[in-house]
Amino acid sequence: MTVEEPIRKGKGTVFVRHEICKGCSYCLDFCPTHALDFSQDFNQKGYHYPVLAREEACTGCDMCGLFCPDFAIYGVRWKDLDAQRTALPTEP
Amino acid sequence: MSESLELHLAGEESALDNPVLPYLRQDRIPHIWCPGCGIGTSVNCFCRALTDSALDLDKLAIVSGIGCTGRTAGYLNLDSFHTTHGRAIPFATGLKLANPELNVVVYSGDGDLFAIGGNHFFHAARRNMDLLVICVNNFTYGMTGGQVAPTTPVGPTQTTMPLGNFENPFNLPFIADACGATYVARWTVYHVRQLAKAMKEGLLKKGFRFIEVMAPCPTLYSRRNRLGDGVDQVKYYKENSVIKNGIDTKDIGLGYQGEIVVGKFVDRERPTWLEAMDDHFSAVLGDRYTPYGPMREGE
Repeated sequence: MTVEEPIRKGKGTVFVRHEICKGCSYCLDFCPTHALDFSQDFNQKGYHYPVLAREEACTGCDMCGLFCPDFAIYGVRWKDLDAQRTALPTEP
Repeated sequence: MSESLELHLAGEESALDNPVLPYLRQDRIPHIWCPGCGIGTSVNCFCRALTDSALDLDKLAIVSGIGCTGRTAGYLNLDSFHTTHGRAIPFATGLKLANPELNVVVYSGDGDLFAIGGNHFFHAARRNMDLLVICVNNFTYGMTGGQVAPTTPVGPTQTTMPLGNFENPFNLPFIADACGATYVARWTVYHVRQLAKAMKEGLLKKGFRFIEVMAPCPTLYSRRNRLGDGVDQVKYYKENSVIKNGIDTKDIGLGYQGEIVVGKFVDRERPTWLEAMDDHFSAVLGDRYTPYGPMREGE
């Protein structure tokens, strides 16, 4: 599967594991730039999980990841992700 | 393109990169804690502290008692033990004395450490046993249905106090300070960076170290007293907490929805129990005594 490189609007992004989120809204309320919002969809337990609604506002500071009681979300800066990617061994 | 980014774009999980996941037993996640419970945040901070302190995880053990916070030992992918009610500190003491190389962490709740196991806490602190005690204080007995705990402030209603609590609560940092702990701090789950730093300092220090973590109990404390959800309690922590490092611990008792004094209150050096024993027996017995415990610096 080939995936297009996303247009990078902000300095970072977040990764969310939908299925273990309990919708406590810690990440939404304590995001320094208020970049997150609840999803329209439900996860399988019936909670609204966070989505990155304002991509240009996300700095990848990982405050959401530090607050998350369910280990469901974390933020990363694009430059750190690039460094991580180049450090990974290339696939054979 | 990395696998995680592909998964991200496909709306899937990115389990590989979350820095906390290597410390957790993945087969037991999601955990049982309620939505909005602060215990998960404190565990998250503890995992960050483990990363920052760069300790050898084979030389680290975590001991928990009974209660909501007592589940922590089962969720962390470390050498862990889930003891009987209130006996986390005696078990940890035995673990430390049998294997002095270990860095032993006691991670438990306020009811377990101060009501059922109260005496054990006092005497471990008095002896300066080499333990890090992290007490998640949610002002109630969460797992058993919201009874009055020794930390419940005067005012709120509880299952066993339907007209409001009138018993005077414990001031946990004051107890730890008075009993002789070498490191005493209190943070709320709003202060995540400071909490992770305090846990790192605690992990790297010697002696009896005590960290109180204030956490919301949305189901049994907040909802019963109409204080909103877990996130509303954390907002209250944000608005009403004052950082006062090094303040006298007798002035920092907690009232019902009042001001919260947080910070690092005590940081001092005292000989630990093993060091005191070695020094004493070396003085009394001389060459007939072989020192026990890890090699100390400069020896």
